[in-house]
Amino acid sequence: MGEVAIVGAGQTAFTRSCGMSIRELCFEAFKEAMEGLDITTEKIDASIVCSAPEYDKQRSPAGLISEYLGLTPKPSFYVETVCSSSTTGLRVAWSLIQAGLHKVVAVIGFQKMSELSSRDAAERMGRGGDIIWESPFGLTMPAGYALYAQAHMARYGTTEEQMAKVRVKNSHYGAANPKANYRKELALDEILNSEVITSPLKKFDCCANADGASCIIVAAGDVAKGISKIPIWIIGLGAATDTMSMAGRKSLTGLSCAQEAAKQAYKMAGIKPQDIDVAEVHDCFTISEILAYEDLGFAKPGEGVGLIEEKQTYADGKIPVNVDGGLLSKGHPIGATGGSQIRTIVRQLRRQATEAQVKEAEIGLVHNIGGIGQYGNVTILRR
Amino acid sequence: MGFENFGTVTFTSEAKTADFINYLGAGKVMATRCKKCGTTYFPPRLDCPACISSDVEWFEVKGKGKLASYTKVNYGPSGFEADAPYTLALGEFDGVQILARLSRDIGEKDIKVGMSLTVSPVKLSNNRLAYEFRQAEKER
Repeated sequence: MGEVAIVGAGQTAFTRSCGMSIRELCFEAFKEAMEGLDITTEKIDASIVCSAPEYDKQRSPAGLISEYLGLTPKPSFYVETVCSSSTTGLRVAWSLIQAGLHKVVAVIGFQKMSELSSRDAAERMGRGGDIIWESPFGLTMPAGYALYAQAHMARYGTTEEQMAKVRVKNSHYGAANPKANYRKELALDEILNSEVITSPLKKFDCCANADGASCIIVAAGDVAKGISKIPIWIIGLGAATDTMSMAGRKSLTGLSCAQEAAKQAYKMAGIKPQDIDVAEVHDCFTISEILAYEDLGFAKPGEGVGLIEEKQTYADGKIPVNVDGGLLSKGHPIGATGGSQIRTIVRQLRRQATEAQVKEAEIGLVHNIGGIGQYGNVTILRR
Repeated sequence: MGFENFGTVTFTSEAKTADFINYLGAGKVMATRCKKCGTTYFPPRLDCPACISSDVEWFEVKGKGKLASYTKVNYGPSGFEADAPYTLALGEFDGVQILARLSRDIGEKDIKVGMSLTVSPVKLSNNRLAYEFRQAEKER
């Protein structure tokens, strides 16, 4: 098998209302991804466009984005696994390159959520489940994660205060991230006293809807070395699914799709959880980050809270997690999120992070989850 | 009849499992079981992927289950504004797990993971039908 590298990674600022069209959003992310690369647009052999449908009116966005970025007549197509769409796109890009079909592929993720009211957006997310059997009860994305939170609390004694400490950390790093939507440091009390959205999750336990785009340029090894000063190598890929319905879940104290994807990625990379220097995990809710600690093997089941209590997931801890502020600070423009997580790890491994640089980071991990744990992607990158 | 009057909002009505609604009208919450391999299904389905077979039968979900988890939803999505707050829950029954709301008759202080539940049909406004969890009678 040949080697495949990320040569460029960009994103727009994530905002509550971007004042742009989706094509313009994607162009901004593309522009940053192409910065400093010794290639022109003609050298991009294919593009993969990733988002969740029904937030804007455009049907078949791949054609639109490929035209606006000047990528026609090269092949372009759409990939979707809701919130994990863009790391699914990355997986497809990797395989297209490994197959020898293409040398350079662009993965573009976007979402413009501000065209909908937040209740309408919540309704769309609710339909990202089983629409015959569960959406009619009013199941929402936060409610699904709240079921995991309550089950984790009942089984392991996890507390609301421990969950809130995840937000304290992420708000600390988010405050320094110019691309983040929420840039205020939050105190424990403010988080605990915020209104309850869906018990036990409160306003500040939840990430916010956002507009944004991300772009990752992926290249075959031989080409990568020629066009980028510091190519970042893709050394592990894992992907898995779980039931669409909540009723089908075998466990409510961890995401089985993440556990399975992590196992695959560690095996492919030939490394263990202890070898990870810095990680980006899908903290759509505070509980999600605690579940991720356990599902990725950074802590044993039920012991994830220990990492946040001991501040081991801060930048100078044993395993720094979401030191760019995470989804909780950046906001979560669904299709753009995975690409933004990848961008953060690429910058960490290139030692170019402006928020909080983890010292001598060599190996990084991205954990990107779709829906309420319906899809899980784990990607491991090396400098 | 299909699922057009099921739950608060129907998103699609036609399915082979529409008999579920007839049973629900008759007071029964049903699940399905593959006649070949015996696997039980909730949400009910009339196709068994393990056997690639559609030789599947209905059975009633009876008796007591256990509350696996719950959440009180204070913010309803579009179409559910008037329902909020409502409490969603997962209940484990013999062989199947079910997502439904908790009956409003259960006092908030009585809600505990592990508590004993039953599942029953419930009439909503506008003649819509659903099922909900009720607190099981205390054992003597």
